[in-house]
Amino acid sequence: MSEQSNPIRSAIAEAIADNPTILFMKGTPEQPACGFSARTVAALQALGAPFAAVDILPDPRIRQELSEISNWPTIPQLFVKGELVGGCDIITEMYESGELAEVLGVEEATKASDPNVAPEGQPVQAAPLGIENRLR
Amino acid sequence: MPSPDDIKARIEAALPGARAEVEDWTGGGDHFRATVVAEQFEGLNRIDQHRLVYDVFGAEIGGPIHALSLKTQVP
Repeated sequence: MSEQSNPIRSAIAEAIADNPTILFMKGTPEQPACGFSARTVAALQALGAPFAAVDILPDPRIRQELSEISNWPTIPQLFVKGELVGGCDIITEMYESGELAEVLGVEEATKASDPNVAPEGQPVQAAPLGIENRLR
Repeated sequence: MPSPDDIKARIEAALPGARAEVEDWTGGGDHFRATVVAEQFEGLNRIDQHRLVYDVFGAEIGGPIHALSLKTQVP
């Protein structure tokens, strides 16, 4: 399908290409709408890693196109430097083993707290472009 | 609605020789947690290991199976 005929897919691909760390999730980092998304956000925040976040809930086509691109059926999905790193299970495992800090290029020493408890006031990049805006 | 035993049987049928342990995470019949040990995972990264298991269920993941939490291991 050409980019022109599928603006949602190209917006997603662009967002993945443009943001070194991007999380597709249900809800927002401030208000996750699913426990798996919440846990993944908490792991990123515990490492103090900046990331862009896209809420997939406003339109079911976002999830559909994302899963087509990534060949991954569930949400959340974390991409680093354009590559799918994993969903909640993998990110949690990698957080615990220290691999996540390595992949994100942050000091593991900053790993402060339990990933299930999101520290407050961690930097979160503004949601990239307006995937939602393109749906109107 | 699939049971943990159904999910275990399907994983083990699709990946011959694999051993799967599956539990119903929430008791609601749609959130499952599985540990899968399979030789087929050898040489694959975690993403591709999980994909092998997810592929057994196709579009059921996110549908009738709302969540399938995975832990994969090479024997």
